Amino acid sequence: MAILVDEGTRVVVSGITGREGTFHALRNRAYGTQVVAGVTPGKAGQDVEGIPVFDTIADAVEATGANTSLIFVPPRFATEAIYEAADAELRLIVCITEGIPVRDMARVASYLRGKPSALVGPNCPGVISPGKANVGIIPGEICAPGRVGLVSRSGTLTYQIVYELTQRGIGQSTCVGMGGDPVHGVGFLEALEAFEADPETDLVVMIGEIGGDDEERAAAYVAERMRKPVVGYIAGFTAPPGKRMGHAGAIVTGSRGTAQAKAEALEAAGVRVGRTPTEVADLVAAALR
Amino acid sequence: MDLYEHQGKELFAKHGIPVPRGIVAETPAAARVAAESLGGDAVVKVQVQTGGRGKGGGVVLVDTPAEAEAAAERMLREGFQGRRVNRVLVEERLPIERELYAAILLDRSTGTDLAMVAAEGGVDIEELARERPEAIRRQHIDPEIGLHPYHLRRLTGGLPHELRDLVGNVLAGLYDVLTTEDATLVEVNPLVLLTDGRVLALDAKVTIDDNALFRHPEIEMLRSAFPIDPVEFRAREAGLQYVKLEGRVGIIGNGAGLVMSTLDLVHQAGADAANFLDVGGGASADAIATSLEVVLSDPAVRSVLVNIFGGITRCDVVARGMLEALERVTPTVPIVVRLDGTNAEEGRRILEEAAHPRIVPAATMLQAARVAAELANAEAA
Repeated sequence: MAILVDEGTRVVVSGITGREGTFHALRNRAYGTQVVAGVTPGKAGQDVEGIPVFDTIADAVEATGANTSLIFVPPRFATEAIYEAADAELRLIVCITEGIPVRDMARVASYLRGKPSALVGPNCPGVISPGKANVGIIPGEICAPGRVGLVSRSGTLTYQIVYELTQRGIGQSTCVGMGGDPVHGVGFLEALEAFEADPETDLVVMIGEIGGDDEERAAAYVAERMRKPVVGYIAGFTAPPGKRMGHAGAIVTGSRGTAQAKAEALEAAGVRVGRTPTEVADLVAAALR
Repeated sequence: MDLYEHQGKELFAKHGIPVPRGIVAETPAAARVAAESLGGDAVVKVQVQTGGRGKGGGVVLVDTPAEAEAAAERMLREGFQGRRVNRVLVEERLPIERELYAAILLDRSTGTDLAMVAAEGGVDIEELARERPEAIRRQHIDPEIGLHPYHLRRLTGGLPHELRDLVGNVLAGLYDVLTTEDATLVEVNPLVLLTDGRVLALDAKVTIDDNALFRHPEIEMLRSAFPIDPVEFRAREAGLQYVKLEGRVGIIGNGAGLVMSTLDLVHQAGADAANFLDVGGGASADAIATSLEVVLSDPAVRSVLVNIFGGITRCDVVARGMLEALERVTPTVPIVVRLDGTNAEEGRRILEEAAHPRIVPAATMLQAARVAAELANAEAA
């Protein structure tokens, strides 16, 4: 089963003829993902190492049966690609692009409400179901198929924790990089809900960071709804208030969004929170024994 | 990007929000002239990108131009709470009848705008929200439909009748600033009613979305007003995400989350980070070299920790970048290096062969943090 992406995933890559788009489309295909089409306006009829290119997502869907969008276009055009994918009724839209104005994203979030498309990102590393499909930029070789679900606001920190799990022989059902922007698509809540319902997932790891209240809301959800064990990690205990730490969303404003408050909320909900990525992997190993 | 108060007020004025008459001064003499032109008595306000100015002595009421000059001289000389101060705002003094609060911000948990009005101002709004949440009227505004009159009626409904339209006009102006200038926060604390019945924004806090600056070159230019640390300037020019911190361990990593986690691990190991530096995804050898130069140029740094988990970033490229930097600068502190992920073995081999006396390899992130903390504490002792 896994969540969001699997063997049935058929990817259309927006921005496939760009440097990053080409590199990752081919890397995802080499992993075994069905990358069936690409979109670059004005380049219809061309191909990228056998992947046909179309002018619009709708054309690509008609010709190839694509059901998942992967977006690599620059920030000022990325929201158009999201609208286009939503209008083509793709079930999943994964937007890797970093640097989209947050008010543009707020309009996107508003438009997507009530629509069948799920958005992951933006400013995210994508989604991988190890052994099944990789949609995005997560390095497939550090993952292994297994029964731990993982959802995270961060990229490389996710790789660190996945790597430590894999080293201990603990594989993953799906890893979801939800991204580091303040307004985003699929979050902890949606991922936790999907993992709870996924018969191939036994335990969930959630990796948060300073800023916003996604973790606090996830804690409330865990306390009320989750039966599967959850292990957590929060980055940014030493981040000073008012300083944006790399991600657009990673900032403590006033007394809100601190790592301390998030860790406490999670622990109060029964989530075991590791103090280091290594301890997270140890807690997962212990919980699975 | 947080604007100075006077920059925020200029945006307010442009969008029809009444503000006091004011003049920016960069020298004590200019503050004196400003006070003279405002009629003698005035308010001198330090311009910094932080709150708490009222309590911290950053707002001074003066009765004469000479007092304005003295207040400005002190502010410019002393700075404010450790920050450099390069300008003050000299404003007219106004007879205040009552204080209110108004703000609109992008509420990240709903992805919609949240407008707030309180019938009391000059307060710590977080404290008010905790202690008497009913004192704040809130209204979410979906960006899809924008601001409508019913929003304003709801927000101002708790105010005396004669104030509702005036405050409503201010809110409409704030919404205009928010949407047309790509702000994520506009806050007026206090919004004041004068004895003559006018309503004015006595303060202005405006945060602009950095991601949207490409379509607001005139706002991007406002940045040149901010005092900037030369190390931060160099990092920004090179496209690196750099934040100066207070500790002694210089940090370089790839990815914001990993770097934040590295900072935390160093702290747990008994030292503190001197900076946050994210080289970003797919970093080139040149970006790594510049990062190392930037971190080593900070005199507070006693050890450096390079923590790379290669995804798109290749560890062999990182290793070459480091050696390149070490040809240009001679480090006087140890550099602990942890490489994992894409081409890590190749990267580690390159560093091993170079056998640079300052490079200390580490096998894991945890070990790297411990060693870097230990070395920093030893160097500082």
